[in-house]
Amino acid sequence: MTEVRKPVQDLLTDYDIFEPEFVKDPYPSFSEIRESGCPIARTERYEGSWLPTRYEDVVAIAQEYETFTSRGILVVPPFPGQGEGAYGGVTAPPITSDPPDHHWHRRLILPVFSPQSVAKFEQGTRDLCNALIDEVIDKGTADAAADYAQHIPVRVIATLLGVPLEMESDFTAWVRAALENIMDAEGRKWARKNIIEFFLAQVADRKQNPREDDFITELMNTEVEGKVVPIEYVLGVCNLMLVAGVDTTWSAIGSCMWHMAQHPEHRKQLRDNPDLWPTAIEELLRVYAPVTMARIVDHDVEFQGCPMKAGDRVLMAFPAANRDPRQFENPDEVILDREHNRHVAFGSGIHRCAGSNLARLEVRVALQTWLERIPEFELVDKTDVTWAGGQVHGPRKCLVKF
Amino acid sequence: MRVSVIDDACHGHQMCAIAAPEVFGSDDLGNATVLISGDIPAELQAKTRRAESNCPERAIVITE
Repeated sequence: MTEVRKPVQDLLTDYDIFEPEFVKDPYPSFSEIRESGCPIARTERYEGSWLPTRYEDVVAIAQEYETFTSRGILVVPPFPGQGEGAYGGVTAPPITSDPPDHHWHRRLILPVFSPQSVAKFEQGTRDLCNALIDEVIDKGTADAAADYAQHIPVRVIATLLGVPLEMESDFTAWVRAALENIMDAEGRKWARKNIIEFFLAQVADRKQNPREDDFITELMNTEVEGKVVPIEYVLGVCNLMLVAGVDTTWSAIGSCMWHMAQHPEHRKQLRDNPDLWPTAIEELLRVYAPVTMARIVDHDVEFQGCPMKAGDRVLMAFPAANRDPRQFENPDEVILDREHNRHVAFGSGIHRCAGSNLARLEVRVALQTWLERIPEFELVDKTDVTWAGGQVHGPRKCLVKF
Repeated sequence: MRVSVIDDACHGHQMCAIAAPEVFGSDDLGNATVLISGDIPAELQAKTRRAESNCPERAIVITE
């Protein structure tokens, strides 16, 4: 990226989601916008977008799928010559689908992610976490992001998809190019090409050799209204599983590790009261919601006084919504047994994250396993933590000692 | 106390089942189901209220 970043003049009219301070800690900016007289900010950067920060507005937009469509879901526009879609014309159903197709696009994958279905990944995830901890436990120090969090979701998703675990580092590189370094057009193209070619080969292989109990084989053979689903749908779903299932959950696990490293009282609270785990995970997901999606305005509309035009991009800042004091008491505080928590870390409405049950299982098992083996740990240097931001927020380097 | 789920509003967050697993379950698609037909026993009423106040879709209806 050669662009010289112009300083932000006014958050309300010129926010910059890739500004380094915003990437690291977007919450003060969200709060400033939210408490101004203008809680939906506007920027002309990256071809322009709107940024609602109040819970009520974010949820209302998520519910209005006919006005705020999912034709484009990335926080920046596609590059010239590429269509909208997950990245550059390659769709990722159902996240990039609108009704009526959205209905069957989503219905086909939901059973894979029901609580009953994802339970079978718990032991494997625990074994994987233990193996990662084995690698670091005698060293007395580790990078909680790069040595631990980063390796968990990618291996779980590869297992679910039935693709080679040895390719973990390729998958991770593709996903980061697709979602994190999204201002790099060449990187995005490279990622798209690799992901699609990879899954095309996986599909071709299964055509020759159908597999038993295999997600991709079953998806390829699924019929909707008497017809086998199109190959574009199969590729799109695989694309989504990889891109949406890796960076996001890894970011959530990383943020939780960063939090736990700094809060011995919360480690103790969970040790003393293990029944608190499910509620605690929801609270951590509220405070450290990793994902911001986008919507594309279908037709000119005035929303909360903002003149939104057809084609405008609206950033669904779920992390901002989750810290709205109108909805959550003491929103910046982690209260592990919070009583009222209608958080929208997984979105809201028809595009609610389909993989949420798997994601929360991974976050819980990753934290539980670490805390069992390494109950006491702390950050090596608070000032030496690096973050990814924009579409997905979470630590990328987070050294801890124990 | 009785409880029901507005099917069209539920999008399968499963936060009700996390708050009150004795009262709420999941169908094959992950959407909420109510496991107790009829009155909610006294000892589960607080949990049921908590489930209601944790649903992001406001899909849970309690009648008393």
